[in-house]
Amino acid sequence: MSDAETVVAKLVAKFPSLTGRVNVQRATRVWVEVDRQAFAGVFHFLVKDLEFSNLCMITGLDEGADLGFIYHLARNGGLMANVKTRCTKGESMQTITPTFLGGGIYERELMDLFGARIAGLPEGRRYPLPDNWPKGEHPLLKDWRPREKGAQDA
Amino acid sequence: MPDKERIVRVPIGPQHPALKEPESFMVDLQGEKISAVTLRLGYNHRGIEKGCEERTYVQDVYLVERVCGICSHSHSTAFVQAVEEIAGLELPHRAAYIRTLIAELERVHSHLLWLGVAGHEIGFDTLLMYTWRDREQVMDLFAELTGNRVNYGINTVGGVRRDISPEQLPRILKVVDALEERTKYYIELAMTEETLAQRLSGVGKLSKEDAVLLGAVGPTARASGVDRDTRRDDPYAAYGELEFQVVTDDRCDVFGRAVVRLGELMQTYSMIRQLVRQMPEGPITVKAPLRIPAGEAVSRYEAPRGEDVHYVKANGTDKPERVKIRAPTLANTQSVAKMLEDGYLADLPIVVAAIDPCFSCTDRMIAVKTREDARTMGWEELVQYGVRWYRERGVDVSKIKMRGDSTA
Repeated sequence: MSDAETVVAKLVAKFPSLTGRVNVQRATRVWVEVDRQAFAGVFHFLVKDLEFSNLCMITGLDEGADLGFIYHLARNGGLMANVKTRCTKGESMQTITPTFLGGGIYERELMDLFGARIAGLPEGRRYPLPDNWPKGEHPLLKDWRPREKGAQDA
Repeated sequence: MPDKERIVRVPIGPQHPALKEPESFMVDLQGEKISAVTLRLGYNHRGIEKGCEERTYVQDVYLVERVCGICSHSHSTAFVQAVEEIAGLELPHRAAYIRTLIAELERVHSHLLWLGVAGHEIGFDTLLMYTWRDREQVMDLFAELTGNRVNYGINTVGGVRRDISPEQLPRILKVVDALEERTKYYIELAMTEETLAQRLSGVGKLSKEDAVLLGAVGPTARASGVDRDTRRDDPYAAYGELEFQVVTDDRCDVFGRAVVRLGELMQTYSMIRQLVRQMPEGPITVKAPLRIPAGEAVSRYEAPRGEDVHYVKANGTDKPERVKIRAPTLANTQSVAKMLEDGYLADLPIVVAAIDPCFSCTDRMIAVKTREDARTMGWEELVQYGVRWYRERGVDVSKIKMRGDSTA
């Protein structure tokens, strides 16, 4: 059994609800789709029990009524686990900073660029938009368009 | 607990002579010691991810190449790898070798650039002059191989855009031979020059545990004993066919970061020789569709500064649904505040420089303006101008011999 298949077997054994929602794309890429309610448990299991101790990044996705999140985790040996979850726009995701202190910057990026809400994120400076960026404007949402020149300053 | 009344808050940046690109540090000082640092990033945000969604895959190759002026090939390779995986394209063997060759040459110029910047930040400008002079050989090689010194434009979806001729291979080896000799000298310098070791040792400490917790990558992580390198752990392009060692160090300080980068240079020279020796024959590209079928992929790439990660989601059109880029500097800046804590304010420039934050240089021509006229010099003319200028002032730099320099 390959490294990826072992991870899949352990995940499904621990979380039977993941059956059919875990996919091996290739030898070093595993994709996991998990409901928001079950996310924290699966994430914790991957990091603590399956040793995915490297948070590569978090990708945000505008999926219409929902915001999608992909947590890209890796472990020694090259295997990557990409954990997908989603929440309705306006709902909050719990911060992962207690596990990955350095992950706060990726969460702030989601807040600025997608309008994501992250509960429990420690105080800090915004990233990456300017301090005077208009409230409620999130450039990576699909329906966002730049304002006409001058309108932003009004 | 620090006495709050005695804390002086010093803003450094976003525009500051000690910084090579805009970023802001709010530094709390007790005397000369740093008690806390708050970072503010984002001043270089250009909306490239949004821009990618509104351009075709072919246009995006050139756009992502401009994320960084130094590791431009890193970003274009990470991007095309993800697109190729979604499209199910098999990269031709020779294209994989050429991509890897350019990648390792990029590591050489990036690490040499860093070594010079590190020298400059500690007042050792001779090292800056030496290493940047050496680096010119790689930049010239890039111009010969790709047509450009930076933003090489060698990648395309499905392969590379330029082949390397048999006549160019010996020229690559000649440059590698010369730079290897120079690097040996820098290693000897680092290991025997006591002022250098004393200036950098114990500065910018980052423990292995903190490096993992804060998500440090590349030489910054490896100098804290974190044995991670995407080239070995998750091989791409031609790395699976090369023999090399991942260089780590357990000093956990700026000196360790210098030692790791110097060690990596030596490994890189060996890899380039292997690539030249084993360069396979065959096509350099496969035909790629303009419309990429729906799907998603994550691509990892060991850039000179650390792991570069690209996520691409395709929707069946000629434009991506989503492109996400995580450049290594973003990962490493999380460690900077930790490195600076309990350190001295005077160490801030070298500690920040030690993660090798990104900045770019593009020009190879220089315009010299006089009161009467303005003219443009090429490289050779500029060198002759420099030699003449010093000679007129009693210094004959052409007689100075340097190790590994057969022409001096």
